[in-house]
Amino acid sequence: MSPEQWTRPENEGTTGPPAATAAKPTREQVIAGLRATSEGGADLVQLLTPEGQRVEHPDFDIDIPDAELRDLYRDMVLVRRADREGNALQRQGQLGIWVPLLGQEAAQIGAGRAVRPQDMIFPSYREHGVAWCRGIDPTELLGVFRGTDHGSWDPNSTRFHLYTIVIGNQCLNATGYAMGQRFEGKVGDPDGEATMVFFGDGATSQGDVHEAMVWSAVYDAPLVFFCQNNQWAISEPVERQSRVPLYRRASGYGFPGIRVDGNDVLASLAVAKWALDECRQGNGPVLIEAFTYRMDAHTTSDDPTRYRLADEQEAWKLKDPIERLRVHLVREQIADQGFFDGIDAEADELAVRLRNFCFNMPEPPPTRIFSEVYAEETPQLVAQREDYLQYLAGFADEAIAGGVR
Amino acid sequence: MVAPALKSPVAPVGTQTVTIAKALNMGLRASLERDPKVLVMGEDVGKLGGVFRITDGLQKDFGEHRVLDTPLAESGIIGTAIGLAIRGFRPVCEIQFDGFIFPGFDQLVSQLAKLHFRSQGKLKMPVVVRVPFGGGIGAVEHHSESPESLFAHVGGLKVVSCSNPVDAYWMLQQAIECDDPVLFFEPKRRYYEKSELDPTAPPIPLFSSRVVRVGSAVTVAAYGPMVRTCLDAATAAAEDGQELEVIDLRTLSPLDLDPVFDSVRRTGRLVLVSEAPAEASITSEIASRVQQECFYSLEAPVLRVTGFDTPYPPSKLEDSYLPDLDRVLDVVDRSLAY
Repeated sequence: MSPEQWTRPENEGTTGPPAATAAKPTREQVIAGLRATSEGGADLVQLLTPEGQRVEHPDFDIDIPDAELRDLYRDMVLVRRADREGNALQRQGQLGIWVPLLGQEAAQIGAGRAVRPQDMIFPSYREHGVAWCRGIDPTELLGVFRGTDHGSWDPNSTRFHLYTIVIGNQCLNATGYAMGQRFEGKVGDPDGEATMVFFGDGATSQGDVHEAMVWSAVYDAPLVFFCQNNQWAISEPVERQSRVPLYRRASGYGFPGIRVDGNDVLASLAVAKWALDECRQGNGPVLIEAFTYRMDAHTTSDDPTRYRLADEQEAWKLKDPIERLRVHLVREQIADQGFFDGIDAEADELAVRLRNFCFNMPEPPPTRIFSEVYAEETPQLVAQREDYLQYLAGFADEAIAGGVR
Repeated sequence: MVAPALKSPVAPVGTQTVTIAKALNMGLRASLERDPKVLVMGEDVGKLGGVFRITDGLQKDFGEHRVLDTPLAESGIIGTAIGLAIRGFRPVCEIQFDGFIFPGFDQLVSQLAKLHFRSQGKLKMPVVVRVPFGGGIGAVEHHSESPESLFAHVGGLKVVSCSNPVDAYWMLQQAIECDDPVLFFEPKRRYYEKSELDPTAPPIPLFSSRVVRVGSAVTVAAYGPMVRTCLDAATAAAEDGQELEVIDLRTLSPLDLDPVFDSVRRTGRLVLVSEAPAEASITSEIASRVQQECFYSLEAPVLRVTGFDTPYPPSKLEDSYLPDLDRVLDVVDRSLAY
């Protein structure tokens, strides 16, 4: 597939200037014509229908062995269970906040399983499923939300950057990293390197994301922009972010943009693999819009009942990514009840392990405040640490003497 | 990637008289030659050689992938430099003018400053951001500001400023060798002032301040463009029989205040000089620390000569805004009057 195919202006009728003979549409008509910002649209790549029916796609067909299909199911069930446990732990006061991924399992597992070991990933803060694919145990995510660390995994060895909380910042960091891959000559063959960056629909309004797309285009950076359009940026709908479907923005930067059914793990995997291969071979960057839905709150501090209708949520429940793969596995006799029971048992064990780990997480010592601020520590920080430790030591004396603070 | 220890320059040359601009160019060249992971990036740094020609000739000699003419976006420059640093490069970013650093401020304080701490040392951020700063060149708005205090306030960043060709040459190379992010403030109105530079003479450490004129009456401390102003004031004061001790602070975060404390203990008086607005600034910090450390040595309150707590004025007013020799001498007299 040639990138040009994807850089053509598409559907001029909805986004381009009106034809000379046509009456100028009203603002309302223009917005109504952009249904694709809130509906899947005809350009949606799908390989598995919401009913679990396997469908063909002329450009993105993919042959997935049965064992791999079962693995994808297992991935999604386990990350959903870890996510639900994170929510529960926050409700129990064990976590300060949790960022749910409920509903976005297929987008994340599809993309995450398309990435190869040599590739680099830059997540935002909801990418628990991608982290899972990178071999990062869900327990390692807890510190960020419990407040004991800012991410305990090693971004160098896992090739999974730390979570980035400022919206869109990571897109520029990923662009620089991908530029480095190109400068080092790591692209241009099928075994080359690529980078994938994750962000949401809200992030597409940020200047950093725009700059990242400009830079990655002019430097031919091997970077896949993976936008999870979950329809809501806290309470702001995607219509508040854009007047064109997000994937179509790519053509303005001069690279392919493509919309995939983000609740279809097979399509997400196929499109992400294609995009990463484009980058590996030196044809990057690529924008993927994974069209999905955030079934839960933005974070546990959010109250979606104030801004969205139950109807919408009910409609998206019918597109549930796990259920559709489960139906497919059953219909095609790829998995039996024993398999599903086994996965459920594994999920139960994971939840228990996560809970126990959380309860037993040690508090970081006060010296953590001062540690690793710089590669070369400053005299001021040394002095501040010594002063503070001396201050704390005063309380220790009181405790030994049986004093009451 | 571990940078090699800073040794003599790759192609030693004899002592020569150079401008600060030329010394910076020589420093960049030496770093690019020494370490293939060093990159120079910014708007117009390639073919043009930068708006001040600091990067003149570098792209021609090192190629487009070592000296990058970037798109016009400061957040992009800093943000991609961070990614390149994660990849193992040592980017040196040029911000064209002080007032244009703010579009990159978010990446500087949200990511560059914090990634070493956030990763508990697993990610090093050897990024240098060069900023031509300060007024006195008759420029339009946003071309004459002194925002250095904003960066000194941010944990995780280091901030330095050179005032002469020798420091320009060495401090820039040292900043590039440093594994921490360094904001490198260049005194643009002094770019074309000259002095002798011997590239074979050993440098003094990057994060240290230095007594540049010995005296016993009043300690005067400054950095960047104001060091020359203070040295001129000291010459004038000497004609009136008052010997000022002048300290070039050089490093603003971390501050190296031991030479200042030592000096104040001898003179009993301190005047701080900076173009930046006074409130919540580098000079506020030094005044606070000096009263804490030298309380019983002080014969007068610590006084300051600064810009005003206003936006930088139109250039026809900058002579009124900027501290000059007379304002420095006036405050020196006030200090002596206590």
